[in-house]
Amino acid sequence: MSDVTLKHITKRFRDVTALRDVSFEIADGEFFVLLGQTGAGKTTTLRVIAGLEQHDEGQLLFDGELVDNLTPADRDVAFVFQQYSLYPTMSVYDNLAFPLRSPMRKTPEAEIRQRVQSAAETLRINHLLDRKTAHLSGGEMQRVSIGRAIVREPRIYLMDEPLSNLDAKLREALRVELQHLQKTQGSTTLFVTHDQVEALTMADRIGVLDQGQLVQVGSPDDIYDRPATTFVAQLVGTPGINLLPANRQNGSLIVKDSSIQLPKQSGSDNVPADFILGVRPEDVQPSPNGNFAGEVRLIEPLGVETILHIKSGQQSLLSIVTGMASWTIGEPVRFNIAGDRVHYFANDGKRVS
Amino acid sequence: MSTVIKSQTDVAKVRSAQPNPRRDLSDKAIRNIFIFPTLVLLIAINVFPLVYSLYLSFTNYSAIANKQPVWVGFENFGRVLSDERMWEIFSTTGQYVLFSVALQLILGFALAMLVRDKFFGSGLVTTLILVPMMLSPVVVGLFWKLMYNPTFGYVNYLLGFSNPSLAPDWLASRWAGDPTPGLALWAVIIVDVWMWTPFVMLLILSGLKAIPDYLYEAAAIDRASAWFQFWRITLPQVTPLMMIAILFRTIEAFNKSFDLVMGMTGGGPGTQTEVVAVTLYKQAFQGQWQTGRASALAYMVLIIIIAISNLYIRNLNRMKEGA
Repeated sequence: MSDVTLKHITKRFRDVTALRDVSFEIADGEFFVLLGQTGAGKTTTLRVIAGLEQHDEGQLLFDGELVDNLTPADRDVAFVFQQYSLYPTMSVYDNLAFPLRSPMRKTPEAEIRQRVQSAAETLRINHLLDRKTAHLSGGEMQRVSIGRAIVREPRIYLMDEPLSNLDAKLREALRVELQHLQKTQGSTTLFVTHDQVEALTMADRIGVLDQGQLVQVGSPDDIYDRPATTFVAQLVGTPGINLLPANRQNGSLIVKDSSIQLPKQSGSDNVPADFILGVRPEDVQPSPNGNFAGEVRLIEPLGVETILHIKSGQQSLLSIVTGMASWTIGEPVRFNIAGDRVHYFANDGKRVS
Repeated sequence: MSTVIKSQTDVAKVRSAQPNPRRDLSDKAIRNIFIFPTLVLLIAINVFPLVYSLYLSFTNYSAIANKQPVWVGFENFGRVLSDERMWEIFSTTGQYVLFSVALQLILGFALAMLVRDKFFGSGLVTTLILVPMMLSPVVVGLFWKLMYNPTFGYVNYLLGFSNPSLAPDWLASRWAGDPTPGLALWAVIIVDVWMWTPFVMLLILSGLKAIPDYLYEAAAIDRASAWFQFWRITLPQVTPLMMIAILFRTIEAFNKSFDLVMGMTGGGPGTQTEVVAVTLYKQAFQGQWQTGRASALAYMVLIIIIAISNLYIRNLNRMKEGA
C-alpha cells in the first residue's frame, strides 16, 4: 500500500473549474473520506488520482514519486465505481479474475483461483461465482465490484460512492463490512460520498469539498466539533446545526429577535460585534427551569430520539431529546443552551475561535 | 335528474340521446369503419396471393396458357429438386449471401469503430456513408454497370488499366479477353457490399454507442490491453445487434438481390450470377411462364429463409439469456 499526495491540483472542463488548487495527503493505511455535495468535485478528484482524467495544474505523487504521466494501468490503483461496472457477459468468477488475467500481470491460473476464492469468501459471495452478473441484485453486484478491487493488491483503493445505489439496510451492512475489510487489511482507501453518516462512521480523516475547493481536512471529531465554515457545520450532523444571527454587547452574546442571551464565554473574545452563532441541536435542551423561553412548533418523533422545533422570538431552533417526548404543538417550553459548546462564525461563514 | 346513471352504456345512451349528429356512430362502428378497408386490401393483395400461390405450386398452371390449373401434386417440387441446374443456382446464391454478408459485417464493424468517437465533421461523414443505402437498387445497379464498363468505366480507370483489351471486363467475367469465372459474381457482391455496409454499420454503431464508458475505464484500471477490451467488452456487447444485422442482410441477400443482379447482369454471363431470385423471375415471367413451378420454387426459398432465420433467432435468444 502507498501514501498519496495531491499538490495544488487544478482541473478544468472547458470553462468550468472542477477542482481549484486541491492539496491533501492520504497516509499509508489510512481511510480517507472525501465529503461534499453533488458537483463538488469529489468524483473528479478520484478520477484524477486514477488517471482517468488528466489534471491541468499541480502534482500527484504516490510514495513521493510523481505519477502525473502514468496511464491508469501503470498507476496500479483499484477503482470501485458507483454503477458497479461489472463486465456483463462474464460470470462472477471471470469478473473477479479479470484484473489478474491481464497480460501485464501473468498470474498463474492456480493462484487466480485461490485469490478469487478468498476474496469471494471475504465478501460472502462464493455461492455466486458461477452466476452471470446480469442475474445479481444491486448489493451482490457491488460486492462483486469490491471483490474485483481486493483480488489484487493495488497501491490505493478508490471508491466512488459505492454504497449510494443500495437500499438503506444493505448500505449499513456493507458499510460495516467495508470498514472491517479496510481495518484488517490496512489498505489505503480514498472513499467518496455525499453522505455525512458514511463519512463520520468510516473515516480516519475527512476532507470536505465545496465547489472544487477543499474547505477542511480533519478527523471526524474535528469536522463535527470544530467545523471550519458554516458550510461544513451544515454538511455534517442530522438534524442540521442551528445558525443564528447574533451580536455581542458588553461581552454577552445576544441572538437577534429572540430572548436568547448567553453570558460571556471563555472563547468569545475574538468574536466580532456581528456574527453567526452555531448551536448543535443536541446542545439545545429543554428544561423546566431553563434560561430561555420558546414555543414548540413541530415534533418529529424518531423513536430513539425526538426532534423539537422551538420558536423563540423570531428565531427557530432545532432541539434533539432522547426517547419519545410528550410535547404538544403550541406548548410553551423553557430550554438551556450549552454555552461552552457553541460555535462562532464570522458573517462570511469562517469560524472564529 | 330523476334517472340514475348505472353504467357506461347508460352514459353512452344519455349522450347519444342528445341532438348531436356526429355521435350517431358508436365507438365500435367507427373502429370497424377504419379497420375494414385496410383488412380488405391486405387480404386482397397479400393474404390471397400467398394462399393462391401455395395452391398453384401444386398445379401445372401457366399464367399465359388460358387453361385452368390442373392438380399435379408434388411434381413441381420434385422437378425443382431433381434439376441439376437448380443446385448450381442455389450454390451461386449461397456464395453470394455468404460473401456479401461476411464482407458487410467486417467492413460495417470497421466503419462503426471509426465513426464511433466524435471528431470534427463526424456527423457529416456518417451521413455521407449512409447515402448508398438510400438509393434505389435498380439505379445503383445501372450506374455500377456503367462504372464497370471495360472501355469507359471508372473502376478500371481507378485500378490503373489504360488499355481496354488488357483490362478485366467485370460483368462479362473476362480478364484481358480470357474467361475468368467468378469475376461477375464478385462484381455484383462488391456492389451489394458497397450498398448495404452502411446499414450494418448503423446497427453496430448503435450497439457501440450503448456501451457505457465506465466499462472501458474499469478495464483500463484492470490493466486490460486494447485487444482484450475489444474481445471481452466491445464484441460481446454488440453481438446481439450484429446478429440482427446478419439476419436482415441474409434474408435480403436471398431475395432482394434480384433488383441489383437484374440491373447489372441479368444473371449472366451464362448463369454465372444467376441467384435464385433471378431464376424465379425467369421461370415465372419469361419463356414458358411456368407459374406453378415458379410458385413451388418460391415456397422452397421461403422455407429455407424461415429455417435460417429461426436458427439465428434461437441463437440470439440463447445469447440474451446467457448475458
